[in-house]
Amino acid sequence: MPFSANQLLEHVQAALGEKIARAELAYGEVEIEVAPDDLYAAMQTLRDSEMLAFDQLLDIAGVDYAAYGQDEWITDEASNTGFSRGVDGFTTGRLGLTGIYGVQSIESSTGRRFAAVYHLLSVKRNHRLRVRCYAADDDMPMLDSIVPLWSSANWQEREAFDLYGIIFDGHPDLRRILTDYGFVGHPFRKDFPLIGNVEVRYDERRGRVVYEPVSIEPRVLVPRVIRDDNRYADPAAEGAKDA
Amino acid sequence: MPEINSYTVNFGPQHPAAHGVLRLVLEMEGEVVRRADPHIGLLHRATEKLAETKPYNQSIGYMDRLDYVSMMCNEHAYVLAIEKLLGITPPERAQYIRVMFDEITRILNHLLWIGAHGLDVGAMTVFLYAFKEREELMDCYEAVSGARMHATYYRPGGVYRDLPKQMPKYRSSEYRKDKDVERMNAAREGSMLDFIEAFCDGFGSTIDEIETLLTDNRIWKQRLVDVAVVSPERALQLGFTGPMLRGSGVEWDLRRKQPYEVYDRMDFEVPVGSNGDCYDRYLVRMEELRQSVRIIRQCIDWLRRNDGPVMLSDHKVVPPSREEMKDDMESLIHHFKLFTEGYCTPAGEVYAAVEAPKGEFGAYIVSDGANKPYRLKLRAPGFAHMAAMDEMVKGHMLADVVTVMGTMDIVFGEVDR
Repeated sequence: MPFSANQLLEHVQAALGEKIARAELAYGEVEIEVAPDDLYAAMQTLRDSEMLAFDQLLDIAGVDYAAYGQDEWITDEASNTGFSRGVDGFTTGRLGLTGIYGVQSIESSTGRRFAAVYHLLSVKRNHRLRVRCYAADDDMPMLDSIVPLWSSANWQEREAFDLYGIIFDGHPDLRRILTDYGFVGHPFRKDFPLIGNVEVRYDERRGRVVYEPVSIEPRVLVPRVIRDDNRYADPAAEGAKDA
Repeated sequence: MPEINSYTVNFGPQHPAAHGVLRLVLEMEGEVVRRADPHIGLLHRATEKLAETKPYNQSIGYMDRLDYVSMMCNEHAYVLAIEKLLGITPPERAQYIRVMFDEITRILNHLLWIGAHGLDVGAMTVFLYAFKEREELMDCYEAVSGARMHATYYRPGGVYRDLPKQMPKYRSSEYRKDKDVERMNAAREGSMLDFIEAFCDGFGSTIDEIETLLTDNRIWKQRLVDVAVVSPERALQLGFTGPMLRGSGVEWDLRRKQPYEVYDRMDFEVPVGSNGDCYDRYLVRMEELRQSVRIIRQCIDWLRRNDGPVMLSDHKVVPPSREEMKDDMESLIHHFKLFTEGYCTPAGEVYAAVEAPKGEFGAYIVSDGANKPYRLKLRAPGFAHMAAMDEMVKGHMLADVVTVMGTMDIVFGEVDR
């Protein structure tokens, strides 16, 4: 009989104790956050503990929180003129925060920009857990590699490195995996424009492939909108705001 | 002068047995592979980043294009994640339709796999048998969605529309004689469920035919038995899921262990291998074909007896019908908002997974409360399998590399995403 989410959370808390920086139970899923220094030890405990027995690492998802909660459309109040509620064009969805069209600076609290989210599964006991770990330094995000614990981490860490530039300390072979040979930058970062920085074409005259700055215009068909929907509001949080 | 034995072979990126675009750098010692280094990413389209810039519903079509031989299963994981985030459950009939189409998709996928695997290993006929059957199932895709492959049929809140009461028929033309049309339309006289049932009736013998060609075939066994053996411990370590894990003797199937939709009401067996070699994985998948037929039959039975809506009527998420829209102001507003802006999800994070034909296909969504996902991460089973390439082919012959690629059931749409 698998644990309920509550029981699982209790077992995880009992096994890791102080190492858990934050624990959350939402949508029937358990998520914990650990500090980068505790990552390896915590993961080892999760794998080896008899009650938890997380024998599979399913996935590692890098996340860049630089633009979290930013929208392109004012929704709280109507404008005086009735129109032009659209926020100006230089927003994350359109151009990226920096890069060649760089406009906005990245404002995120230090050490909270890059995170790696580990999805664990216990085949033996039939439960799942999400472990989140924020890299301490935004300019050079670094986390311990967990390849010695699960072999499947090898390519998954390479992917997070390739797409987000998170460096995994101790990884046996940290190369790019999905992007082109000689690619510059980390394409899934929020400051990397969707259209990219360079485009490739074959140059007849020079008889080889050349890289040039992108010539297409970026565009957004549907602006990014965040609405405060009262159906999803948390009653406890609402009460705290009023008080 | 010293004799140099080891050399490097470039396998792909354009190679018929590479199942798409894989560049495999093989370090050989004579004919034995010492190290395999797969270079993937040649089909990387940044689906996850594209999804960050589009309202939720507009990305469903991208999911079809990930694992492009098991289209609806990919949609399913993504749609399940959105539904979990919104806290909605589709109507029962939609759930049965989804389960039925998941299994049709599994048959589609396994048929392509056995065709390609056979072809790689040297059995041409299987390919033709398999593709003949695939054609009928693609017609089912077309009948419900209008597209033979990239259906975009599952939507948050249900499925796009109900099963057609009349299966579309062939028409005679100057290229097609009346007699042929009559033969081709024989199974298409009734509803779509009748058509699928007729398929199920005939499909059992097709599996038998394929098995007759392969299961006891001496060449097939020589090429598959004891090739790329993976122990259960290693299979777990390497993140294997689906038939790759079950072939190694681990009984793990999300449909059974963490049931979604109405799989808990279905009666089916989960085949498990014992040796963990390519031959066991072949047997597991063949048995899965039979079990899928069993599940489809149960769905047909239920769908015949029960009518009802296939989509929620919550117009904050699901667009109103065309007629409603023309009559009712409220519906017009809902329609306008849904198609210009989409719906906003509550802030939070969810992970939803389905047992896709290749293994666990999962979608992890981070939402900040906007009408677009803040981050979408897709867990593709093939990625983990491909990562094990080096370990599986080490010490094998060059010809076995092709067998291993076939047994992994690799599709680069999902590996590269």
